[in-house]
Amino acid sequence: MNRTKGDEEEYWNSSKFKAFTFDDEDDELSQLKESKRAVNSLRDFVDDDDDDDDLERVSWSGEPVGSISWSIKETAGNSGSTHEGREQLKSRNSFSSYAQLPKPTSTYSLSSFFRGRTRPGSFQSLSDALSDTPAKSYAPELGRPKGEYRDYSNDWSPSDTVRRLRKGKVCSLERFRSLQDKLQLLEEAVSMHDGNVITAVLIFLKRTLCKEILFRELEVRQVALRHLIHFLKEIGDQKLLLDLFRYLDRTEELALSHYREHLNIQDPEKRKEFLKTCIGLPFSAEDSAHIQDHYTLLERQIIIEGTFSSPINLKKTFKIPDKQYVLTALAARAKLRAWHDVDALFTTKNWLGYTKKRAPIGFHRVVEILHKNSAPVQILQEYVNLVEDVDTKLNLATKFKCHDVVIDTYRDLKDRQQLLAYRSKVDKGSAEEEKIDALLSSPQIRWKN
Amino acid sequence: MAFPHRPDAPELPDFSMLKRLARDQLIYLLEQLPGKKDLFIEADLMSPLDRIANVSILKQHEVDKLYKVENKPALSSNEQLCFLVRPRIKNMRYIANLVNADKLAGRTRKYKVIFSPQKFYACEMVLEEEGIYGDVSCDEWAFSLLPLDVDLLSMELPEFFRDYFLEGDQRWINTVAQALHLLSTLYGPFPNSYGIGRCAKMSYELWRKLEEEEDGETKGRRPEIGHTFLLDRDTDFVTALCSQVVYEGLVDDTFRIKCGSVDFGPEVTSSDKSLKVLLNAEDKVFSEIRNEHFSNVFGFLSQKARNLQAQYDRRRGMDIKQMKNFVSQELKGLKQEHRLLSLHIGACESIMKKKTKQDFQELIKTEHALLEGFSIRESTSYIEEHIDRQVSPIESLRLMCLLSITENGLIPKDYRSLKTQYLQSYGPEHLLTFSNLRRAGLLTEQAPGDTLTAVESKVSKLVTDKAAGKITDAFSSLAKRSNFRAISKKLNLIPRVDGEYDLKVPRDMAYVFSGAYVPLSCRIIEQVLERRSWQGLDEVVRLLNCSEFAFTDMTKEDKASSESLRLILVVFLGGCTFSEISALRFLGREKGYRFIFLTTAVTNSARLMEAMSEVKA
Repeated sequence: MNRTKGDEEEYWNSSKFKAFTFDDEDDELSQLKESKRAVNSLRDFVDDDDDDDDLERVSWSGEPVGSISWSIKETAGNSGSTHEGREQLKSRNSFSSYAQLPKPTSTYSLSSFFRGRTRPGSFQSLSDALSDTPAKSYAPELGRPKGEYRDYSNDWSPSDTVRRLRKGKVCSLERFRSLQDKLQLLEEAVSMHDGNVITAVLIFLKRTLCKEILFRELEVRQVALRHLIHFLKEIGDQKLLLDLFRYLDRTEELALSHYREHLNIQDPEKRKEFLKTCIGLPFSAEDSAHIQDHYTLLERQIIIEGTFSSPINLKKTFKIPDKQYVLTALAARAKLRAWHDVDALFTTKNWLGYTKKRAPIGFHRVVEILHKNSAPVQILQEYVNLVEDVDTKLNLATKFKCHDVVIDTYRDLKDRQQLLAYRSKVDKGSAEEEKIDALLSSPQIRWKN
Repeated sequence: MAFPHRPDAPELPDFSMLKRLARDQLIYLLEQLPGKKDLFIEADLMSPLDRIANVSILKQHEVDKLYKVENKPALSSNEQLCFLVRPRIKNMRYIANLVNADKLAGRTRKYKVIFSPQKFYACEMVLEEEGIYGDVSCDEWAFSLLPLDVDLLSMELPEFFRDYFLEGDQRWINTVAQALHLLSTLYGPFPNSYGIGRCAKMSYELWRKLEEEEDGETKGRRPEIGHTFLLDRDTDFVTALCSQVVYEGLVDDTFRIKCGSVDFGPEVTSSDKSLKVLLNAEDKVFSEIRNEHFSNVFGFLSQKARNLQAQYDRRRGMDIKQMKNFVSQELKGLKQEHRLLSLHIGACESIMKKKTKQDFQELIKTEHALLEGFSIRESTSYIEEHIDRQVSPIESLRLMCLLSITENGLIPKDYRSLKTQYLQSYGPEHLLTFSNLRRAGLLTEQAPGDTLTAVESKVSKLVTDKAAGKITDAFSSLAKRSNFRAISKKLNLIPRVDGEYDLKVPRDMAYVFSGAYVPLSCRIIEQVLERRSWQGLDEVVRLLNCSEFAFTDMTKEDKASSESLRLILVVFLGGCTFSEISALRFLGREKGYRFIFLTTAVTNSARLMEAMSEVKA
């Protein structure tokens, strides 16, 4: 986009000048005269060129109707060999060659399809669009009814203009020159709710108003403002977008918008450098910390070796909560079947050197995660035993077939009935069955049932 | 088992006409570039295109080769290139690169861009800036209504959701209005309309405007569809965020139904290849289970399998003549049924496997707790653990949003802690996602002074007149609360259950969420249809932040037949889920209505979350 910025500006400035003939301010006599001359000169080239809609087609997106014809005449007359002139001629030619495409004679008549029913709206607008594009010829056309001139020159009200835009028709906006006219046009577009038209008007306003004025007016027109912001995001005009946020004092959006750019940077080193520029931006307090972390993380990833990247060190640097750390580490170690590491994860030493098992996530979760990672029964058993709540412990032990734990628990509960029932669930002749039998016949236990 | 319609249920209009119309329009446009041409199609348009045309139709109209629009240089050597695209800036840049490369090489070709469903001025601006305006010709293919099923029309515009509900861009409102206008020229007029939501109101107004401008050709005709209901997705995010448990919804959540068809992988087809299956009313097996709660589906399928076996078995003991009859008349049908049956059984198995693995039961339990508003602490730590275990970035986000909306925002301490852990689990760039979710009102933090509810409601009651509109606006943007709990109470969304909720014999729409919750969107529709107005729903409307955006429009001279008055078009702006469709189909069966669904796209929780995610492309 940027490459053409300068040229474009120069072009538009000059074309604005040339389009003075469109000016319809008539508060002063001289201006009135000028407008009259303008209308007359307009008629000249209109007669020259039979189709108004075609001209508008070239121009809806900004090219003033007059200026194109004018500049073509100019270039043809004297400076036909300048670069600009050639470009314009070329595009005009190719455009007209498009317009001269033979009108299709489709055998698929849609209207035949709807005979007896009404014509569908969307087709209607399609055919409308087509009939708006007749073959163009350069021969002057005579005898055109006067009324038609009025139709496209400078008499379209904001609502007519917006209606035409809504129908997807090309339509010059150049006649809306005073700020008041521009804003009226914008408000008309907003009142019709069609975002496409709102954006079309905004494109025009963006080109014909300096940004301070544009921003000032949009600040009190939230719907239009949202459209401009989205438009700028989509076309990637980051500079203007940031200017806009700055003007609106939306500092957080400004910061986020800048930060978003890092997503497009592939090279890790450049990415890191870019993130460094984000650190001082006006994020919310919490986001500032996240951005700082993001930067530090990239730094670490680049110098991956060394003690910097030890899990404990990372945990400290990024203030990872115990729970999150344990869950991540547990899953990672379990996948590698590094049971010893798993053990270490939950072992804490107190100041006397006694060891104790502690899990911030609760041992019942530890068991489930280990089971998911297909830990052997011996390992599972160890952690099932650490579950404090007896019911949970029994449930887990039964679910994961940790027979010893189940048997021991029933023994501790002195629940003879349950133990008897469990006997049927273990394999015949197994060590577990023997263990149960031994317990059931033990005289030392005072069963509660 | 399956829902038979009541004998007095009205007939659905024939929407296949929309397909023919779209196809003919496309042909018409292709014919405008006479001669051989290569066609470049945008990926997102391929499936919709598949549903209305095929390669041989394109070939008949001199399309030579087909290319996908993607970020690669095109190798086409054709003299004429045609691009079939959505109106997106990146597509314009792609085309511009191609045309400018040709120019540089001194090559002249003809280029035509067909925008579907319409062109945007911003796109033409890019063409102009890139210096190729005039080198390419532009056209519009107003293909905005794809009948995915006998009662389901999709605009296939998933981006509608982000464009409108996140960015506030109203670019698709005209498309919606045009689509409604097309429907009314074909099936209209539509005598009674209701709506809720800002977008619904705007779309309706623009639609009316179009009808006025094209001076109602529908005048004098008898209406076929008695009621229209427009609804914004943001009036009910909760329903869209829930895990789906009716079969069609579950298939969508698990395998992603795309444009009415699904790719069943080898794990479903129990062969080594994938199979693309069209899921609609024509699939006799599917149509019987699509609206069923998943727990019923297995039983139904096995019953069906037994019946099938019995029919096959009949051939034993047949004489030659009977056998001949059997083979020529029944066997094909039986084989077809057999194929479908084994596919859906395979799909069920695969769903079961996946769901067991991800602790679906516990997930559902948490969702229900959130919907009913108990054990919030437990649910919060469940979500926390979900994040810490890095189960799935989209799922974690979904649960956080569900917590936020049902609780009117997270308490600041939880918000910070969950966000931090999320960023640490899934990547710091997601802070952009959080910013998006906050803007869309999906995941918010309770403001410190959030106990001002009473004052706030007074203020919003005071400033309802237009003059004070700005204040209301500012106010609502600051504190647009979901008020889910209060709405749920008002509308009885959580059914009181004494004993088991019998999912086999559903008693209300809550069955689509295992009897735990009546979808809010569907309840609103039910209530308004019952009253034929918003009367008595003022409080609900206010709680939905829609005081200015709930409307009713009834025509005075009512020529609508009683049959047409039971035919209802529901328009979901921002997407609807299969669960909602199933719930309304159920309501229709109960009340003798039939619903026609028009949605900007079929959606589900994952799609909503993905639309809000901001990560590397």
